[in-house]
Amino acid sequence: MSLFDYTLKELQEKLHNKEITVSDLVEASYNRINEVDDQVKAFLTLNEEEAKKQAKALDEKLGSDASVLYGMPIGIKDNIVTKGLRTTCASQILDNLNDPLYDATVIQKLNKENTVNIGKLNMDEFAMGSSTENSSYENTRNPWNTDYVPGGSSGGSAAAVAAGEVFFSLGSDTGGSIRQPAAFCGVVGMKPTYGLVSRFGLVAFASSLDQIGPITRTVEDNAHLLQAIVGHDNMDSTSANVNIPNYGDAFKEDVKGLRIAVPKEYLQEGVDPEVKEAVLAALKQYEELGATWEEVSLPHSKYAVAAYYLLAASEASANLARFDGVRYGKRTEKNVDMIDMFKESRAEGFGDEVKRRIMLGTFALSSGYYDAYYKKAQKVRTLIKNDFEKIFDEYDVVIGPTTPTPAYKIGEKIDDPLTMYTDDVLTTPVNLAGLPGMSIPCGFSSEGLPIGLQIIGRHFDEATIYRTAYAYEQATDHHKKRPNLGGDR
Amino acid sequence: MTEISKEQVKHVANLARLALTEEEVETFTQQLGDIINYAELLNELDTDNVEPTTHVLDLKNVMRKDEPKEWIKKEDALKNAPDQKDGQFRVPSILE
Repeated sequence: MSLFDYTLKELQEKLHNKEITVSDLVEASYNRINEVDDQVKAFLTLNEEEAKKQAKALDEKLGSDASVLYGMPIGIKDNIVTKGLRTTCASQILDNLNDPLYDATVIQKLNKENTVNIGKLNMDEFAMGSSTENSSYENTRNPWNTDYVPGGSSGGSAAAVAAGEVFFSLGSDTGGSIRQPAAFCGVVGMKPTYGLVSRFGLVAFASSLDQIGPITRTVEDNAHLLQAIVGHDNMDSTSANVNIPNYGDAFKEDVKGLRIAVPKEYLQEGVDPEVKEAVLAALKQYEELGATWEEVSLPHSKYAVAAYYLLAASEASANLARFDGVRYGKRTEKNVDMIDMFKESRAEGFGDEVKRRIMLGTFALSSGYYDAYYKKAQKVRTLIKNDFEKIFDEYDVVIGPTTPTPAYKIGEKIDDPLTMYTDDVLTTPVNLAGLPGMSIPCGFSSEGLPIGLQIIGRHFDEATIYRTAYAYEQATDHHKKRPNLGGDR
Repeated sequence: MTEISKEQVKHVANLARLALTEEEVETFTQQLGDIINYAELLNELDTDNVEPTTHVLDLKNVMRKDEPKEWIKKEDALKNAPDQKDGQFRVPSILE
């Protein structure tokens, strides 16, 4: 058994029993990266020197009161700002941002828990994309079959965990960017309720939708990591001031009597038969565990992608106005006046997908089109939110597939942005409604690619999602399977 | 069917402060047209009496006291700048 097969709790015990040291864990992480990252390409920047120094210090001061995350190697999506450690959002416009000035709130919180930051993980540029092919640096590959995409935008975060390069990671989810790559890579990914985790230091894509969340091997590890990063933050005015439960309590309860809603729109045509089969098998498993499920309708589901792309692009066009070549980031070498300096710097610094969304958003917000597109989409957002509210009057969780299909081949969809967008049909409604949603592994396709089960909960009811996910995970062994990348693991 | 013209794309690119090549104008005219036509799907819905959602949480006017605090120092703020002079960000001149 490799160190990567243990849960955080088990590893913590080993630390305290002196079977292993923090330095061993960090060493194991970098060894694995050296071994497989040529194939996977999950990392953009490594923090090796600093991490090893930190590991030594942590080994010296390990006390009996150390938290479950103490000394655990973590990877961070490259749109989360890390003080002094290069943060690029996988964009050329931030290629030279080698010395960021502060830590995101989630990083400050992790520092208090004494996790060890192994490095920064690849993503679609500014989190815009579903395959990590929009990174301006490299294509991250799916550890289960390196001809396939890992999903996106948190493709590096999901692939690194699946490949055993880090024990866990942070991603961000605006329209599915944690859940979809978690599904494609066969790991556990949670998008928390909007407002639960501070967005301070998360480079903004669509501010009313973005959330940071944990990607892990197991449901229990996921809850531990979420517990560490939640909470109200004065630095984020959309941060929610709510009571935080102890998520660990969720694992003490079974799912007898749990009421599951299964939207018929989530199993309609367009959903791959193997995916549908895996989800139905999971529902059967839940029946055996004592839960009940019924088919329901979320009638506005088919409008979610259109509403999402109008809103997300509109917000992005405003948020990305800050990249102007003045205060940080790339400036054109061309000798031009100030307005053209902005235009040329942005033209050189942004990739195609980012430009496309800035254009779409600027159009949707422009005079004469605002009501027809932006405001219309906001109204449809209300309808989608109401759909879920009705369901949650009668049910505890909503379950369906995370994605209509398993991972596809690199290059297969990149020239067809609209098809790529419509693949987000099962994840975007959750962001529009601000709900928490999680993807857990629920099987494999005939080609050996993972399939994800999506569990959606009420606002701030992550605990019920964890309880639901844990019961299934404990009854199955999908989460114990590992991709074959060779090497010692 | 909403038609997006090349002129519109150029106008929007100017608003967005993006320099586009002729080829990009061509591509974006096509692609934005496709996406906007897809978005017309929303017009199937009667939303006359629906309030827009700008934000999912019921938060209003989150304020803090307007008082100075320790934050990034001037020299730090300048260290990632593409160009600087005399403790200021430097940009191309805007006056002749």
